[in-house]
Amino acid sequence: MNIFFRVFLSFFICFSLSTSANADEMIMVRSDRDFAETMNALQDAIDHHGYKVSKVQRVDVGLEAKGYKTDKYRVVFYGKADEIASLAKNYPQLIPFLPLSVAIFAEGDQTMLTTIRPRSFKALFPDAALQTTFALWDHDLVSILEDVRQSH
Amino acid sequence: MTSNSDLSACSSVQANPKPGMFKSVMNIQLFVFGLASAFFATPLLAVDGAALYVQYCNACHGERSGGGIGVPLTSPQNLIPDDYVRKTIRNGRPGRVMPAFAALTDEDVDAIVKHVQSLHGGKPPSYANTPVKGNLKHGKDLFAQHCAACHGDNGQGGEGTGVTLSRPRNLPIMAPALHNPGFLASANDQFIKTMLMQGIQGTPMISFLKAGLKEKDIDDIVAFIRHFEKEPISRTAIIADKVDPIISADSPYDLQTTIDNVKQAVGLNNFVFIREQTLDDGLVASGKNDPHQHIIYFCNFNLLSEALRTDPRVGLFLPCRITVVEQNGKVRMMAANPKRLSRLFNNSELNRMCDQMTKMYRTIMDDATL
Repeated sequence: MNIFFRVFLSFFICFSLSTSANADEMIMVRSDRDFAETMNALQDAIDHHGYKVSKVQRVDVGLEAKGYKTDKYRVVFYGKADEIASLAKNYPQLIPFLPLSVAIFAEGDQTMLTTIRPRSFKALFPDAALQTTFALWDHDLVSILEDVRQSH
Repeated sequence: MTSNSDLSACSSVQANPKPGMFKSVMNIQLFVFGLASAFFATPLLAVDGAALYVQYCNACHGERSGGGIGVPLTSPQNLIPDDYVRKTIRNGRPGRVMPAFAALTDEDVDAIVKHVQSLHGGKPPSYANTPVKGNLKHGKDLFAQHCAACHGDNGQGGEGTGVTLSRPRNLPIMAPALHNPGFLASANDQFIKTMLMQGIQGTPMISFLKAGLKEKDIDDIVAFIRHFEKEPISRTAIIADKVDPIISADSPYDLQTTIDNVKQAVGLNNFVFIREQTLDDGLVASGKNDPHQHIIYFCNFNLLSEALRTDPRVGLFLPCRITVVEQNGKVRMMAANPKRLSRLFNNSELNRMCDQMTKMYRTIMDDATL
């Protein structure tokens, strides 16, 4: 990434964050669509933002197989192969938090999506060199969830 | 030995090929950041309260702010003052999921409050900051008789988080915690008194005047609720300590032996092994995986079910996982520290479970390195 692109990126992120002014450490979004439709919308939005869904953990299937009552509940893991490889090499302390994930579960005929805001990683990993990555993830995640919320 | 370490100290594995160049880039970035912050801190764009509400509040409080996971922000009788909503946004409810939105600007908060009020219509009420005096002992008795069933014997609030299976679905909301620093800092005595006298239509909160109490009785209850400020913090308002985000332990064994040991230790500690995969599984073509980072997923379904009933958001970090990493000839086991994650969730009911999980991770790592 050259200097000018990084500068542009910083400016872009500053603008994005200053206008959205996000604060809390978790984010939760409600979709009016049912679970299956929301799951499709989430995977499409992740793909549209340049990430790849690496796995969908079917938490509800495992629970039901063991006799526990649950509604639909999945965890969607996503990331970018090159980015994860680079971070794992240079910042191994991030490995337990990779790939990124979004939990998605049914709430009646609606669907909830929740995850930790990547910008809150700053408190966990204050290394200055990581903050641009966290801010980018945060920007993308908010956009992904907004796309899901608005999808019809 | 299991250690709880901050791996950011591992400078030998951090890439920093051109420190001078990196520093100059950072300086430019900081300059741009400062410039942009100063520029955009001015209210060039009108703050959109409706958009902010959708972003921050809608998921829990509902599109029309009638409640759901969180409590209703409006009442049919128009009883909730702007000041209470404003302070609630700022203070949150420690240990009760509702975060404190400290980073929102005053303009943002005002815009959200204005939007909430517009959903109801009418002029928002305001309540004088005049303290209510009452008989504490009598208030305590009345609280036990009329309030404790929903709000808890110590005002700690209803159990659960509010979503999915974590509360009875026949109730529109969970009873709020009254013995909570966020609530006590947001609600003045006159507001609490009005709630008790009139109730909130559409919720289980009834009018205690209609239920037969006299105004003096209600004053006594208000005095009892206010005295919570002088009591030790309620167990439901406790936020987990800041601890290291990672649990890690060096292994004296090679990568494959360590992986095998972790799998064995998982079974010995009442977990079921689910699967093993590389960190990049699903992201790169089959056969191109980096063989030096293996995730071992495992689960105790009883714990999982209990955790999801307590707070469905915890699924984000389930199933349990330990990653075994080989780097520079050393093998290390790593896991996100549940005790640290508990703090992010702002849910005191998770603290005990997360504490237990942290101990279990350490035990598994210890067993794997014996």
